Amino acid sequence: MSIYLTKDSKVIVQGMTGGMGSKHTTLMLDAGTNIVGGVNARKAGTSVELGGQELPVFGSVEEAMKETGADVSVVFVPPAFTKDACIEAIDAGIGLLVVITEGVPVQDTAEVWSYLQGKTTRMIGPNCPGIITPEESLAGITPHTIAGKGPIGLVSKSGTLTYQMMYELKDHGFSTAIGIGGDPIIGTTHIDALEAFEADPDTQAIVMIGEIGGDAEERAAAYIKEHVTKPVVGYVAGFTAPEGKTMGHAGAIVSGSSGTAQAKKEALEAAGVKVGKTPSETAALMREILAGL
Amino acid sequence: MEYQAKELFAAHGVATTLGKVVETAEEARSAAEEIGGTVVVKAQVKAGGRGKAGGVKLATSPDEAFEHASAILGMQIKGLTVHRVLITPATPPVEEYYFSFLLDRSHRSYLCIASVEGGVEIEEVAKTNPDAVKQIPVDPGAGVDDAKAAEIVDEAGFPAELRDQAIAMVKALYATFVEEDATLVEVNPLARLEGDKLEALDGKVSLDDNADFRHEDHAKFEDKSAADPLEAKAKAKGLNYVKLDGEVGIIGNGAGLVMSTLDVVAYAGEDHGGVKPANFLDIGGGANAQVMADGLDVILGDDQVKSVFVNVFGGITACDEVANGIKGALEILGDQATKPLVVRLDGNNVDKGRAILDELNHPLVTQVPTMDGAADKAAELAGAAK
Repeated sequence: MSIYLTKDSKVIVQGMTGGMGSKHTTLMLDAGTNIVGGVNARKAGTSVELGGQELPVFGSVEEAMKETGADVSVVFVPPAFTKDACIEAIDAGIGLLVVITEGVPVQDTAEVWSYLQGKTTRMIGPNCPGIITPEESLAGITPHTIAGKGPIGLVSKSGTLTYQMMYELKDHGFSTAIGIGGDPIIGTTHIDALEAFEADPDTQAIVMIGEIGGDAEERAAAYIKEHVTKPVVGYVAGFTAPEGKTMGHAGAIVSGSSGTAQAKKEALEAAGVKVGKTPSETAALMREILAGL
Repeated sequence: MEYQAKELFAAHGVATTLGKVVETAEEARSAAEEIGGTVVVKAQVKAGGRGKAGGVKLATSPDEAFEHASAILGMQIKGLTVHRVLITPATPPVEEYYFSFLLDRSHRSYLCIASVEGGVEIEEVAKTNPDAVKQIPVDPGAGVDDAKAAEIVDEAGFPAELRDQAIAMVKALYATFVEEDATLVEVNPLARLEGDKLEALDGKVSLDDNADFRHEDHAKFEDKSAADPLEAKAKAKGLNYVKLDGEVGIIGNGAGLVMSTLDVVAYAGEDHGGVKPANFLDIGGGANAQVMADGLDVILGDDQVKSVFVNVFGGITACDEVANGIKGALEILGDQATKPLVVRLDGNNVDKGRAILDELNHPLVTQVPTMDGAADKAAELAGAAK
């Protein structure tokens, strides 16, 4: 088992014919993803050969879903077109929408989020590495070679920290690893992933990686205290970040006393989460927990 | 800055008085003459608390405007040098209000904050009388139409005689927020002037850089004079760099990993004379020789830097590409590379990557296999050179 994504997921790629899209479609195929096609209105009816497979290009998400039974879409279109691509996929009723695109205007994401309310689509991202269920499926850009299947569920704002943590714990492996993105507004949150991992029988312990900015980690801590019975270890990046400076991710900014790493660490510890000072210390905490299970 | 916010307000039909922006005291005198009567001379910097810092003065004559401008220009406010002053007619408010639209991260929505009890002292009001500060959610999908604007105005409790003006202003401010891709549009104070005229006396607009592609005109708002010279140089090369106060230069891939690297170096620095990370630099996925050379060039331009820590996890990028990038960068930089480099490579093709650097055997390069170990080594080298 896993969360959100399995070997049975049928995946389409919006922006498959672009540079990023074709490169990562090939890598997703390598990871075992069942990719059933791509979407590009200007190239509808053609096909593209990627990773030794002939993939059909459809004119719309709706058409692609009708023809292939796709239930997951991965979005690689440029920032200027991301909002429309998302709305198209939501209108078509896609189950899981993974938005990799970096640099989406936050008002566009806010509009998409508002549009999505009351609809059936789950959105991950934008500006995220996506989701991987090792040895089954990858919807995103996480290298599938880092770690295999195992008992750990991982949710993180950061891509490279996801990779680092998977690498540190590769001998144990992961049920699903999900990068939710570092933008100020995102679809799936830490809390959503925690809820899904709690319900997933194959996930025995959870690693949660956060970073400065916003209050998502504090809210996740409150959620853990109330609803999560599985052990959780945490890591927060950005203890040394100065106030008022954006550290790479649009959402990673400390304003005044809010959004500091220290406050997030304290909130998580108060909820019974063991928090590592560094990624390797965090991995060590997880090892201890797994040894005791 | 205030005058830029007011330009954006005016462009979207928000009632405001633009005044004149000047860069010399002489120009301030002429501006005061032209405007006539009593004027206000206001420092233009991207910081709050300008009044308390002595950056806002009333002038009853052009000569007085000259004197105030002389004193204010060149003054430091919260570490920022004042290069411009705004001269506006002095229009003492009868009442002051507060109004803003902003991005509400927690609710993934927009929020309107309004108060008719005090403008500039809004933070004080929020503490002592929180009920007087109204928070009204705005759905990004629905926006602000006539009915929503009226709801906001009534909820905030604007006086009845100002209701129509307030509704028009709320709509115009929302238009500013949406059409400019702002994350904050704030009017403080929103003033009731003599004759029941509602006007934005001062304001602030924060813009979303991600939306720059549809706002070519926003480039003019960038304050080049206030930017750190190294940050400006990095930006010109398309690098994501933030200057910090420390001795260990940092290069890494991915925002989260670089943030984490800063922390690990700061912890390690505690054992080596308190050295700290000198910067944030994310070279992203494609760490080729030119990007690496550009990054090293910026970091080595920081005189405070005593050692450099290159921390790369090969995810999509393979470590051998990164190692070749470092090799190429050292060739490009030649004699300009003078500080020791501690390199930690891990992940995809790590063995090939490490072998390339072993073979290079460059006197400045030390390889350490783990992030914690490499951070310690970089801090040790910086501590020894301090």
